[in-house]
Amino acid sequence: MDDIKKNYDDYVKSVTPTTSLAKNMWHAFLIGGAICLFGQILITLFETIGTDEETAGAYEIILLVFLAVMLTGLGIYPKLAKYAGAGTLVPITGFANSVSSPAIEFQKEGQIFGVGCRIFSIAGPVILFGILSSWVLGLLYWIGSVI
Amino acid sequence: MFLGSASVSFDEDIFIQGYASVVGKKEGEGPLGNLFGEVVTDPMFGGDSWEDAESQLQMKLVTAAIKDSGLKDSDIRYIFAGDLLGQLIATSFGVKNFNIPLFGLYGACSTMGEALSLGSVSLAAGCAEHVLCMTSSHFGGAEKTFRFPLDYGSQRKFSATWTVTGGGAVVLGTAGGFAKITGITTGRIVDYGYKDKENMGACMAPAAADTILRNLEDFNIAPDSYDRIITGDLGLIGQRILLDLLEEKGYSISNLHMDCGIEIFDGHTQDTHAGASGCGCSASVLCSLILKNIRDGIWKKVLFVPTGALFSPVSSNEGDSIPGIAHAVVIESECR
Amino acid sequence: MIYLNAFLIGGLICALTQILIDKTKLMPGRIMVMLVVLGSIFGAIGWYDDLIDFAGAGASVPICSFGNTLWKGVKEDIDTYGFTGIFTGGFTAGAIGISSALIFGYLASLIFKPKMKD
Repeated sequence: MDDIKKNYDDYVKSVTPTTSLAKNMWHAFLIGGAICLFGQILITLFETIGTDEETAGAYEIILLVFLAVMLTGLGIYPKLAKYAGAGTLVPITGFANSVSSPAIEFQKEGQIFGVGCRIFSIAGPVILFGILSSWVLGLLYWIGSVI
Repeated sequence: MFLGSASVSFDEDIFIQGYASVVGKKEGEGPLGNLFGEVVTDPMFGGDSWEDAESQLQMKLVTAAIKDSGLKDSDIRYIFAGDLLGQLIATSFGVKNFNIPLFGLYGACSTMGEALSLGSVSLAAGCAEHVLCMTSSHFGGAEKTFRFPLDYGSQRKFSATWTVTGGGAVVLGTAGGFAKITGITTGRIVDYGYKDKENMGACMAPAAADTILRNLEDFNIAPDSYDRIITGDLGLIGQRILLDLLEEKGYSISNLHMDCGIEIFDGHTQDTHAGASGCGCSASVLCSLILKNIRDGIWKKVLFVPTGALFSPVSSNEGDSIPGIAHAVVIESECR
Repeated sequence: MIYLNAFLIGGLICALTQILIDKTKLMPGRIMVMLVVLGSIFGAIGWYDDLIDFAGAGASVPICSFGNTLWKGVKEDIDTYGFTGIFTGGFTAGAIGISSALIFGYLASLIFKPKMKD
């Protein structure tokens, strides 16, 4: 009696069908790779019209972010993400999606409490912990350089 | 008359006098599409936000259910209603213009069971002649509240369920109707310590099993005295768990069981994964398929058991488990 | 060859992240944070720039590159300004990604409406 209750987590796991990991990884690989390839093409294009390497990289980021925000606003990015999973989450376009989607969703709640407060509701942690980890590493580097 | 540990068997007549269901486009395209009272293709229901949309939906429900019962707004003594949004705003703004006294309820997706139970009790106690019980949910508002903005790109797991855009309303009265509520079993909170909010069927199935078991014990009946035992929104995984849990206690209900969350969408063509959820899931299926079959005399007696997962974004962030609750309502046809 | 490498390495990082999504209960936000922190650590060790040399956008487009960028900004500013560089470098270097997402995201909120899924 009550065997299910005792090992409930394991039991639930055993009755929950899983989606095919290999298939999902393949989709993520294809779309994620394609976005990166597209980025590389943009970099090369900017370089061939005479921009230096660093500026070409900057233009590429701005353009990728712009396109991702447009696709988010048109409702295409979430459809692509359903197929691609990590393939659309990991590239910088996923970051752009995570900033623009709450901005669009919460506009009804106003400029300050809606868009303003919520715009970082998903991307905020990325910025916080990115800054924090680079700060810690920087501190160690600074201590190293002083000694 | 109260029975056993958590049930009431009504000696008084509590009739279902009218009902209404209103759903969104996707629900209208599902297998039950032509049974719903109204299918609204505009996801905003003429409003200008997801929250407003759900209020508009409740407004339609109140109007349609009162009309179906042949009564006037002023005949309704109380509304028992709730929704999934914070502080029940869909209900508050949805019913405010009717000037009918309101009891706002929160039972997560079990709210229809809670509303019918309390409505029946107030009629049985002689405190009202007519009451209206209602609940709703909206995919947009629920995603925004409990998951991500709608334009955020994320994958849903197979165990995830799709929140129904829709709702149902039932008018109960003390005289004259096609069906009766003859008993209730009130759910207690059942917590197996499960935490995955992308597998809510697993969070709620233990509560459904508990309530169904106590209903059978309190009324001292066998499962097959019901034509159907109908849970709210367990979905495919939750259904499997419910059947296993009851099997463990020596009851087999697999040929009697039906889950509104499995019925309302076609999982293969509508890509809803494990099924549907939301207050509006059980409420809209009750007010379409279930009450129609009872009105037509196809089912004489059913046990309607809406199930709810009791969590908030806060409790979930703080690492709490997701307990379940399920309220059972015995509905009997008056057709001879 | 840089195109092939960009596709392969970018795809590989995404495919490996998919394992985390499917096999753990980690939410996407947590996974993004892990990638960024890993990126800054790999940057500090000096591996990340090697990966960018090899794969180009395949390494610079995934979000882990953001961690590396922040780290490099901090390091450069420390070399130039000393202690205050620890505080100024990150935001300076990350400005393009953050500002473009914020500005375009804000403009999008003025133009677009939230859409129902089906």
